[in-house]
Amino acid sequence: MATAADLDRPADSLDDFRKEARAWLEANFDPALKGHDNAMSAVDGPTAETPAQKKWREAMGDKGWGVPTWPTEYGGGGLSRAEARVLQEEMARIGAWNPIGGMGVMMFGPTLLEYGSEEQKQAHIPGIVRGEVRWCQGYSEPGAGSDLASLQTFAEDKGDHYLVNGQKTWTSGGQWADKCFALVRTDKSQKHAGISFLLIDMESEGVETRPIRLISGASPFCETFFTNVKVPKGNLVGREGQGWEIGTRLLQHERNSLSGGSGSAARMNAGNTVPEIAKKYRGTDAEGRLADADLRTRIIRHEMDQRAFALTLRRAALEAKGNAGPSAATSVMKNVGARITQDRAELNVEIMGMQGLGWEGEGFSREELEQTRTWLWGKAVSIYGGSSEIQNNVIAKRILGMLDHQ
Amino acid sequence: MAALNEEQVMLRDMAREWADNESPIAAFRKLRDAGGGKGYDPEAWSAIGGMGWAGIVIPEEFGGSAFGYLSLGLVLEQLGRNLAATPLASTAVAASAIAMGSSDKARSEWLPRLASGEATATLAIDEGPGHDMKIAATVSGGKLSGTKKFVAEGDGADVFVVAAADGLYLVPKGEGVTVASRRMADSRSHAEVTFSDAPAEKLGDKALTQAVADRAAAVTAAEMLGMAESAFGQTLDYLKQRVQFGQVLSTFQALQHRMAKMLTELELMRSAVEGALEAIDAGRSDVDQAVSLAKAVANDTLRLVSREMVQLHGGVGMTDEFDAGLFLKRAAVLEAMWGNASYHRDRFGRLNGY
Ligand SMILES: Cc1cc2nc3c(=O)[nH]c(=O)nc-3n(C[C@H](O)[C@H](O)[C@H](O)COP(=O)(O)OP(=O)(O)OC[C@H]3O[C@@H](n4cnc5c(N)ncnc54)[C@H](O)[C@@H]3O)c2cc1C
Repeated sequence: MATAADLDRPADSLDDFRKEARAWLEANFDPALKGHDNAMSAVDGPTAETPAQKKWREAMGDKGWGVPTWPTEYGGGGLSRAEARVLQEEMARIGAWNPIGGMGVMMFGPTLLEYGSEEQKQAHIPGIVRGEVRWCQGYSEPGAGSDLASLQTFAEDKGDHYLVNGQKTWTSGGQWADKCFALVRTDKSQKHAGISFLLIDMESEGVETRPIRLISGASPFCETFFTNVKVPKGNLVGREGQGWEIGTRLLQHERNSLSGGSGSAARMNAGNTVPEIAKKYRGTDAEGRLADADLRTRIIRHEMDQRAFALTLRRAALEAKGNAGPSAATSVMKNVGARITQDRAELNVEIMGMQGLGWEGEGFSREELEQTRTWLWGKAVSIYGGSSEIQNNVIAKRILGMLDHQ
Repeated sequence: MAALNEEQVMLRDMAREWADNESPIAAFRKLRDAGGGKGYDPEAWSAIGGMGWAGIVIPEEFGGSAFGYLSLGLVLEQLGRNLAATPLASTAVAASAIAMGSSDKARSEWLPRLASGEATATLAIDEGPGHDMKIAATVSGGKLSGTKKFVAEGDGADVFVVAAADGLYLVPKGEGVTVASRRMADSRSHAEVTFSDAPAEKLGDKALTQAVADRAAAVTAAEMLGMAESAFGQTLDYLKQRVQFGQVLSTFQALQHRMAKMLTELELMRSAVEGALEAIDAGRSDVDQAVSLAKAVANDTLRLVSREMVQLHGGVGMTDEFDAGLFLKRAAVLEAMWGNASYHRDRFGRLNGY
């Protein structure tokens, strides 16, 4: 049976790469930065960078290893997927984290590489690779959530530019973003075919963001208003009317990265698994087992769920060999990933009892307070990027061929 | 619905009307945003005292109405519907501990004041982040020492009903009592209370402690019932009006069946909760079982409904402006209070010999 390491290279050349990666990481990653990654920064907004963190980001940016598999001509790492995995292993080994992230990396970059013009790639990819430009996603509108294609924000053709008017909502990180990849309507007569994919500079005149507070206390998402915003024609990705195709492709990348393929879940759990937390907070019986039988059973079920999911992600990677992008099965993965993330947080809160429901102030450790916020924030993972219900509809219709009732 | 007598129907309707008009969720939100203090609105509390609700489980000779636990549950259910922040549950159960206890002095000194709402009381039993009835606090020479964690309504309480290893005691705020607030997700009052050689009056033995903890669990389940009902109702209303794909969400069968399942669970929850309250009023010998059943079912059902409330509202459900988060956070805290579902399932099994 093939293993992941066989994917695209013979083992000996991977050994060379492993040595190279190890040496480079040792030279560039300051061990003092271990564990200093702020897992919530994507959610709570950018945190101030220390000089050491900045140095690390710049080193990874120069090397292109923050986006290891992207092409070198735009600054990416140019690694094979097998090499990228080795890099990830080597980083995990020394507690190094990837300082380059966000929507640019997860969703917009891969989509632009596929659909963008040469000029657009030259203009936008390097800024993402170096972690210098923040992107936000302008899809949802008050009346267009799950039914995204009913969006109304209109881009009127003015010859050399579009004039954009409308309202987006739930724009995560909108108040901190430099740019926005947006779905806009260029034709009011057709629902799907009237949608275009447009890049909007958040500094443009007429763009206004209004932060909305979340139940977890943070205000990372916005209502975004566009009033007579001028957008150059060169910012249209693909053709006019191709936006739905491009936009849904991007959503596949989003689902893929949300499914747990990305490192965040593993990072939050490092040395901190649910059974370990349970032993610490609830104690064990004479035989070293978790004392609470009911809880123990549910924790075991969760751990097995998580292992089965990891094996499935791995199998999907092997089966996707030679087939570059994410597939319809990403809906399955996104739903499982969401379920596992939420189960883990619910279990942790339950295990910690009242101690796991602190809000602020005295009497709670930093981990405990973070746990409360993670639990609340996590309720969104089954909503954004296409809710679980919408993924189930995709599974039923696209994979299983089940039809709508007439 | 339990068979209510005429007085109970009147009480329920009155409580509902008062909660809807005088203590809507917006009032709780205002209190939350103001922060600090005793954790409740003194005006609302004095209205509650005036209506006699604080005396529902207090004997008539001490100024109460002795209507019983089912009646108290009816009121707490209505308050729960609106997430009303009041020390009613804690005061009533603490008062009932005093009433059940052996101290005439405590009865005559405290019950009239608690019945009128002039003073508030609370239970200080748990010493850890969960409810397990493992109690280390001790009393010697009439002085109590120990630390109690997450004492609900501890910030404003005038008197504490405190569990020590050998039974239940009454300790007034003051000498030897230190109260430190704990800010929790539900934005209600929870405090760590430290007793160091605090003058304590004995109320009863460990059996009384357990009986009081059961009463606390039962009224908590009543508050949870109200919360589950209103979270469910709000979700149903939303599905009937939100349009996506050119249809209201309530036309999607996948959502209809989930609402149907929740309604089914809610029916079971109501019976279990009312069953526990009735068992207490009837003085039945299986109150412990009835309470464990009620709290376990209440925990599971409110968890289901509050999580679904967020999910089915989509992005709106994640915003602080909307009420779903308030339900979610309060639900999680009440789940952990007086025994989570696994505690009560385990206890139910043990009580039944398996
Ligand atoms: C934390 C967070 C961050 C977000 N970030 C962004 C962002 O950066 N950019 C952006 O554009 N958007 C963002 N979103 C928006 C997100 O994509 C939408 O919330 C999501 O698509 C759901 O849309 P809605 O909120 O309008 O819910 P609705 O579409 O109104 O759905 C409400 C409920 O009905 C269900 N439902 C809807 N249709 C069906 C159906 N046909 N069958 C069965 N059930 C159905 C849904 O699953 C949901 O449970 C974010 C959302 C959250 C919560």
